[in-house]
Amino acid sequence: MQGGLRGGRLVLLIPALAFVLLLFVYPFLYGLFLSFTNATGSPTLANYGRLFLDPWELRTIWVTLWISVPATLINVALAIPFAVFMRHGMRGEKIITFFLIVPLTLGTVLLSEGMLSYMGPNGWLNQLLQAIGIVSKPVRFTHNYTGVLLSLVIQGFPFAFLMILGYVSGINPDLEKASRMLGASRLSTFARVLFPLMVPGIAICFCLNFVMAFSVFPSAMLLGEPSGPTRVIAIAAWQWAFEKFDFNTASAISMVMAAIELMVISAVLVWRNRMYRGASMVGKG
Amino acid sequence: MQTRKLTMGAVFFFLAMIVYVGNVLGILFTVILNSASKGWYHGLLPKIITGEWYAYVAGDHDIAYLLFITFLVAVVVVAVSILVAFPAAYVLSRSEFRGKGALLSLFLLPMIVPPMTYGIPLAVVLYKFHLAARVIGVILANLVPIVPFVILILMPFIEQVGVNLESAAQMLGARRWTVFRKVLIPLTLPGMLTAAILSIVKTISMFELTYLVAGAKSQTIVVALYADAYAAGARPPQAVDALAVIYFLTTMICLVIALRFVSPTQMVFKIK
Amino acid sequence: MEDFTSFVIKDVTKEFDGKTALTRFSLSISRGEFVTFLGPSGCGKSTALNCVAGLLPISSGEISIDGEPIDDGRRKVPAEKRGFGLVFQNYALFPHLSVFGNVAFGLHIRKMPKAVVNDRVRAALKLVHLEGHEGKFPAQLSGGEQQRVAIARCIVLEPRLLMLDEPLSNLDAKLRVEMRNELLSLHNRLKVTTIYVTHDQQEALALSDRIVVMRLGRIQQVGTPQQVYSDPANLFVADFMGFKNIWDGELESVQERADGLDAQVAVAGMHLRARLSYPVGDPRRDALLAASRGDKKVATAIRPEDITVGKAADGSCVRAKVALVEYQGQASFVTAYADNGTIIELRPPAPVRISDMIELAIPQDKIFVFAGSRD
Repeated sequence: MQGGLRGGRLVLLIPALAFVLLLFVYPFLYGLFLSFTNATGSPTLANYGRLFLDPWELRTIWVTLWISVPATLINVALAIPFAVFMRHGMRGEKIITFFLIVPLTLGTVLLSEGMLSYMGPNGWLNQLLQAIGIVSKPVRFTHNYTGVLLSLVIQGFPFAFLMILGYVSGINPDLEKASRMLGASRLSTFARVLFPLMVPGIAICFCLNFVMAFSVFPSAMLLGEPSGPTRVIAIAAWQWAFEKFDFNTASAISMVMAAIELMVISAVLVWRNRMYRGASMVGKG
Repeated sequence: MQTRKLTMGAVFFFLAMIVYVGNVLGILFTVILNSASKGWYHGLLPKIITGEWYAYVAGDHDIAYLLFITFLVAVVVVAVSILVAFPAAYVLSRSEFRGKGALLSLFLLPMIVPPMTYGIPLAVVLYKFHLAARVIGVILANLVPIVPFVILILMPFIEQVGVNLESAAQMLGARRWTVFRKVLIPLTLPGMLTAAILSIVKTISMFELTYLVAGAKSQTIVVALYADAYAAGARPPQAVDALAVIYFLTTMICLVIALRFVSPTQMVFKIK
Repeated sequence: MEDFTSFVIKDVTKEFDGKTALTRFSLSISRGEFVTFLGPSGCGKSTALNCVAGLLPISSGEISIDGEPIDDGRRKVPAEKRGFGLVFQNYALFPHLSVFGNVAFGLHIRKMPKAVVNDRVRAALKLVHLEGHEGKFPAQLSGGEQQRVAIARCIVLEPRLLMLDEPLSNLDAKLRVEMRNELLSLHNRLKVTTIYVTHDQQEALALSDRIVVMRLGRIQQVGTPQQVYSDPANLFVADFMGFKNIWDGELESVQERADGLDAQVAVAGMHLRARLSYPVGDPRRDALLAASRGDKKVATAIRPEDITVGKAADGSCVRAKVALVEYQGQASFVTAYADNGTIIELRPPAPVRISDMIELAIPQDKIFVFAGSRD
């Protein structure tokens, strides 16, 4: 029954369509509407004004970018060499993958909470670092920028790694052999063959990782310093909604979040299109 | 390549993995030990082991109720998701039509857009309709990323059940609904099982949406944990860790069960 | 890289996960020669190729050029430094590079100046009749075109050894014959030493100076196409090269001559005479003589086209009833059953009908007898 969309089939789509429209599109549009109106319903730009004209609120954008961009770069940059290395499979693959999955399933809240103790001034990490002699006093990992960055890396790296690994494993292994036969060293093969073919996967991975990092919330609250250095844009949105009960401004901030995420994604996709002109063919022959 | 040759790359890789895994384990064990210790402020291991924090947590929270809500939400979300997603996945796997790509993107959007971005408008809407601060609200909110997730998982399973099987059933006289019931659903049961398990694991650990929408009596355990952790001064940190351990055990048990049915890599690509 | 004078593969063995893919593979290749590794899947031909290429290390033995080992089981020269070309079965063209980019790849690696690269790429594309296609991408090319790009990519580097791994198997029948001819003319023009891997005996016969027939990791025979076709070294080679009528029989008697053997074989009651040209020292001779002293088990083989219709010169004949006739234009493939039940396959020049009783002769000098049985 392969074929087009006949009447009967359309019906099957209705539940999912209704769901997406009611629970996603409508709230989004409603939020957009709210962001341009005030509490009484009349149109205004004041909500956006509260974000863009107040330096205390405006800085959340830079703070969030300052956390999310490096975190994403680290995740993707680390994931690439490791994925390339493991692309032909390796011993202990299942165990390694299992350990990478664990932080993802446990979630940010548990990890942030745990990091408070583990990476605290008296925690094991500092004890170890001092015992080895790398530092002489405890390093401050918690309640600051570093803690939030680390939590983003701990959660983001496995995801980036597994995603890029999956992508790179799909590249025809004969391409590398061909490259070697033509005289290219392993490094050359990576730069001229593997990497260009990985670009689409890297681009998607970067985008997904970035949006996750940009909307960081619990770790910024628990592990960071929400009153200042790690006051990210999600915190601002939440505060306007649930502390000041100004849903209009909160919606405006959410819209700005979405807009910024969209801009970064577009920029990455432009880069990807410029780098990889060849057709989608990455598979066999 | 000569097998078993230890290259620089291999050494580097294993070291990095050890560092990573070591830290993750360190975090987990710190939490576990802390939850059962007293007066552990310095030193490698706690000097006193006690169960008093668990007693504290039990008195502080109605753990049973918390777990009940958590699983209730997870199971209802999963059940509804499968009901909504299956027909959609069927159409998307079997049909070609103009705008299919756009429709697919629309369906997948809630999975890609991070919860904090659409969560607040969603919460506003749910409050408007008096659905928030109730279990029903939490269920509705959690549906948003899970339905696309289930669609994505089910599609390859449905594609695997070749169209020919349905055609064969039709040739033998079965009507549409019977084909669905007797051919498609039994054969995609493994897929639905996979989707169900992965979704349960994911829902239990989903924080932001529930946090924005839940009330005092409709919290899931991860939200309770966050609330305790954030209100740092209000209770002893070991008690917070005790609750963390309970949450950790809940997720880990579900994860281990899930891994009997799916491979670890499948978990990730679908988990976000 | 400079061309070589001697290329020797000696006693090479390759083991994988406990299985032995190659056993004591030995071969000397002359400059400019076209050698084919021929055999069914799993015979080790691709493994041998990959070992020569340097993509797989050998387990034991030695591969050497001009006396210098490039792989002696302990250390090996890496593939990228050997200066060999390899055309892959699925072409392995870089999808993100244009035709020009693909062909120029090796030249760019060697950091050749732009003008030189341009000239050489265009020359190579001209050789494979793909001028004008420089800007296209692999996804826009047909299978045959992709393959020619793959070839151009190798020959532009003037390799001292060119290897092709079943390059024609993904093409349709007509294209296969066309490409075969092109490969032959290319080889005649460039005279590059070539190792070709295939399971198709027609390709092997058409293209090769020598054929290496392989089975389960071992060499069965090395010889010119004529030798392998007309003088198979054992039952497997005979079967693979198109001999049929492989019957189990009993060696009744054998007489030695200086240049061969005369044998009398009983196949299910039929008495057949064979005039075999196995010279002294030929392993087939020794095996047959051993069988005559031992269990006397032999197997025969003869090409369908060698069986003649009508009585033999000495008056003997085999009577058979035609069971199947496959029309093939010029001559038909006919299957007939002899009185004793033996199935005979022949290609009679004149048409026959089903159920016809025909008289056949099995020429003494065309039938082969090997020790052992059909397995």
